[in-house]
Amino acid sequence: MSTTVMLMQLTKGLAVTAEIFILTLLFSLPLGLLISFGRMAKNPVIRNLSKIYISIMRGTPLMLQLIVVYFAPFYVFGLKIPNYRFPAIIIAFALNYAAYFAEIYRGGIESMAVGQYEAAKVLGYNKSQTFFRIILPQVIKRILPSITNETITLVKDTSLAFVLAHAEMFTLAKQIAAKETSIMPLMVAGVFYYIFNLIVATVMEKLEKSMNYYR
Amino acid sequence: MENVLLQIEHMSKSFDGMEVIKDISLSVKEGEVVSIIGPSGSGKSTLLRCATMLEKMDGGNLSYLGESAVWEEDGKCVYAPKAQMKEIQKSFGLVFQNFNLFPHYSVMKNIIDAPMVTGGVSKKEAVARAEKLLAQLGLSDKADAYPYQLSGGQQQRVSIARALALQPKILFFDEPTSALDPELTGEVLKVIKELAAEHMTMIIVTHEMQFARELSDRIIFMEQGIIQAQGTPEEIFNSSNERVGEFIGKFQS
Ligand SMILES: Nc1ncnc2c1ncn2[C@@H]1O[C@H](COP(=O)(O)OP(=O)(O)O)[C@@H](O)[C@H]1O
Ligand SMILES: [Mg+2]
Repeated sequence: MSTTVMLMQLTKGLAVTAEIFILTLLFSLPLGLLISFGRMAKNPVIRNLSKIYISIMRGTPLMLQLIVVYFAPFYVFGLKIPNYRFPAIIIAFALNYAAYFAEIYRGGIESMAVGQYEAAKVLGYNKSQTFFRIILPQVIKRILPSITNETITLVKDTSLAFVLAHAEMFTLAKQIAAKETSIMPLMVAGVFYYIFNLIVATVMEKLEKSMNYYR
Repeated sequence: MENVLLQIEHMSKSFDGMEVIKDISLSVKEGEVVSIIGPSGSGKSTLLRCATMLEKMDGGNLSYLGESAVWEEDGKCVYAPKAQMKEIQKSFGLVFQNFNLFPHYSVMKNIIDAPMVTGGVSKKEAVARAEKLLAQLGLSDKADAYPYQLSGGQQQRVSIARALALQPKILFFDEPTSALDPELTGEVLKVIKELAAEHMTMIIVTHEMQFARELSDRIIFMEQGIIQAQGTPEEIFNSSNERVGEFIGKFQS
């Protein structure tokens, strides 16, 4: 296999990796916020369920979660879902990352001074106006560094999708490496991951800077 | 007939079984300036927080402009339904000791956001109000600044402007100068004095005795959750009540 062909295949794999990455963020960021609400709920049933959820998601391997999400519909419910491989990967990643994001949101929300809520209340803001106009923007600024950390981990974690033999970059790199008995494809994949993460870090840094107009 | 804006009857409030407000009754008429003084822990903030509904009262009645906000039924306090409460809330504003400005909003946005979002005021009208208030409070050049760029005195003036932008009938202050460096208290007190001159109805918790004396129509001395004494500044400052005399004496030395 020529180097060009290998690069082309890995680039295709990188596109799939990026797809997993983007879809995971798209679903897990809002879901995490929802779960953090559950985690902080007054209702003890909702609160404890959320707590258990977070604990399981953070306490078991993501690789195992991928396998469970993919095989459970058939082995537990006897369901055969066509073209389920990719959705299963996104579901597992989103469920897992939402748990981490939930704890980050919670930390940020709980760090807000009560005076912000009180000022908003006296000024007539209702609960959702208070949250979305006053609290959340400040929370996002505070938690952005932690979100950046998780996001960079996610780029690397996408490689775990290889357990379901999905054609993302790492799976492909491993296959080519085995076929060609060369470590080159894996090295190239490593470089690609690194560049991907450089881009992610740069974007996140820009985002953080864009919120530096206040303290 | 003079218009009663705020009526508190037999208000009580406990924290963990400790009674912090004990059967307090108080009514404030339109245009009146009432100062509340008293030692730390006497329940002044709690009184204001119950009156502004940041804290739930345990007993008693509360009404604004004759509209009942809270009343007692079977020994428990009942709060007016949401829609009514929203209207009642419009009649008062509160200025906090530590300002509680929204740090992510500019000065202008801090002032116009609530009228636009909660008061149904157009942007044009909100900005016009804000510009007028900023000019009045000497902050015209700070409209685009963010709170962290302002001194404490400026921040407190912005928070007063933010409260006034909703055009409340009555304005509460909880120690508006206590978080400020001494050299900055003057500019905030001056603003409050100007509001008094315009007959803004105000209830001010303060430790600034001279200020309270000059400005108030009535001074209330609170201690241990009750109104120990009240009267005109002259009555309070010449009070024969031992506790009042002792308290005021401490501040005048
Ligand atoms: N949220 C609260 N929980 C428990 N105790 C409180 C709370 N707020 C105030 N207190 C207590 O109530 C008493 C009166 O407090 P406060 O109204 O702040 O007094 P002041 O404003 O006159 O200094 C104090 O003993 C204070 O510790
Ligand atoms: Mg106080």
